[in-house]
Amino acid sequence: MNSLYYQKRLSRNIGDKFFTSLSVICALIAILPLIFLVTYILIKGGSQITPELFTLEPNPPGDDLDAGGINPALIGTLIITTIASIIAIPVGVGGGIYLAEYSKGGAFSRFIRFGVNVLAGVPSIIAGVFIYALIVSTKILFGSMYSGLAGGMALSILMLPTVIKTTDEGLKLVPNELRYASLGVGASMYTTILKVTLPSAFRSIATGVVLGIARAAGETAPLIFTALFSYYYITGFGDLFYEMGSLAVLIYNFALEPYDAQNKLAWAASFILVLSILSVNIFSRILAAFTEKTKRV
Amino acid sequence: MEEKLTLFKNRKRFGIEKNIDIIFKNTALVLSSFVAIILLGIILVVFFQSFESFSRYGLKFLVTSEWNPVKDEYGAFTAIYGTLVTSFLSLLITIPLGVGTAIFITEDFVPKIVREIIGSFVELLAAIPSVVLGLWAIFVMEPFFRAFFVFLHNSFGWIPLFSTEPTGRNSLLAILILVVMLLPIVTSIARDSLNQVPKKLRNAAYGIGASRWKTIFSVILPAALSGIMAGVLLALGRAMGETMAVTMIIGNSNEFSWSLLSPGYTISSMLANQFGEADGSQVSSLFYAAFVLMILSLVINIFAQWLVKKFSLKY
Repeated sequence: MNSLYYQKRLSRNIGDKFFTSLSVICALIAILPLIFLVTYILIKGGSQITPELFTLEPNPPGDDLDAGGINPALIGTLIITTIASIIAIPVGVGGGIYLAEYSKGGAFSRFIRFGVNVLAGVPSIIAGVFIYALIVSTKILFGSMYSGLAGGMALSILMLPTVIKTTDEGLKLVPNELRYASLGVGASMYTTILKVTLPSAFRSIATGVVLGIARAAGETAPLIFTALFSYYYITGFGDLFYEMGSLAVLIYNFALEPYDAQNKLAWAASFILVLSILSVNIFSRILAAFTEKTKRV
Repeated sequence: MEEKLTLFKNRKRFGIEKNIDIIFKNTALVLSSFVAIILLGIILVVFFQSFESFSRYGLKFLVTSEWNPVKDEYGAFTAIYGTLVTSFLSLLITIPLGVGTAIFITEDFVPKIVREIIGSFVELLAAIPSVVLGLWAIFVMEPFFRAFFVFLHNSFGWIPLFSTEPTGRNSLLAILILVVMLLPIVTSIARDSLNQVPKKLRNAAYGIGASRWKTIFSVILPAALSGIMAGVLLALGRAMGETMAVTMIIGNSNEFSWSLLSPGYTISSMLANQFGEADGSQVSSLFYAAFVLMILSLVINIFAQWLVKKFSLKY
């Protein structure tokens, strides 16, 4: 008679309770340290922020109480990521256009798609090793060895798969009717792509590309022996061919210094890096969600 | 009839327009083949640079742990062992935690909004640069776990893995920071593949009287397995190639030790540490190590792609 009601003592119900609590525990163990990590970085790093930080050069490590600022690293990160974007975005968007618009699913496009996935899995330090062998050690760039330019190139290798993938997938979401309509009124293929399909996929491509740039901005491994590090202000165009600092490498170098002042600088740089990466991520997520909602209407 | 023909004649594209079209297509083709060129370029360059070391040490390089620039003797066993041990052990901890968390946020234990917040928070964490995780590991995690490591050594010192006195920076800390890095990857991929399992399957299982967890274990998890496996392999590749956080916390020592409480090395941390100031045959040996790392991650990556293709369930 009772069998229709929920029975606590039944072994299946006890088992269910047990596994439910197990998954709750997993979630707690996984999430709590992550929350702690983010708040710690934001609080510890945020408390080091001063106006001078953005304008001064870092002092070479020593017993100085005054570590200086991170201006060269901040500008360096901006420059290096810009170089990487200038290389990776045209190549990636062009490649993505070919995959999505021209290829007919043959062996070549399958190979390229496979290659994109493989390249995305190549360890970031290998990109640095590659650029070191190709550019730094050969001094091919007008005789300069370590340079911001080489660092940008290394980062562009990491950005490339992301850009191609998002372009490819973004274009595939554009309904075929739009293409038919454009070709039907007599537009050529490139007009169709440039005037119809690319603009309608622009939001999703832009979101992916921006996320790719944000990821590249935090990469350290490809920079430590391509762009190296510099303590000095970036003053002109010629500095592209010399060692260039970046926030990521600054964090790496100064975290390993035994001096408190340098460690504090590393925390401040982490704060700036994490805050900008997180806000770019959050912003593009909100934008993507917003676009999806308006499209459905 | 005449009129129609001229109309068609006028509809012909101009030569310039045609050429632009062809140029545009071919430019896109060339740009897309850049991926292949870069990939092959990386493999070839790293291979040829390592050639000197390869011909000198052959496969012995992989099993000897002598790394001595002064005597010009190189063997990467410590680094290869460190790479494999740190990545596999960290994955061993990450898989149950990540999949458990993914189940928690795909079942309806808590309201949907809470689950979504947790889900996107976890995804955001994957964006934190590893160098920042390394900084955090040095200044927060290391002091936090110090007493625990001493305890591990004192009570489980008879196990070779815990047989040495804990040092400030060691392999176990590297494993733990890798767990923090991999958790977001495994969790978000497992969540996506669990979400993709059709509702019909769950309802059918409930309909024949299966309990919630019976359904999860016998229906949902098997259906999502290929996606989860691919995510795990992706995480494994990431763990092997991960450089900064590990380099900052693993202690960087070429002295081979079974113990996780002593400093270790991974291939990528060896590269990060020595590449800048290496010369002579050391450079070639580093390239050899890089080649090993690349082959490891390529194999895992290709296997993951094959797995997804082979076992992705079709409903």
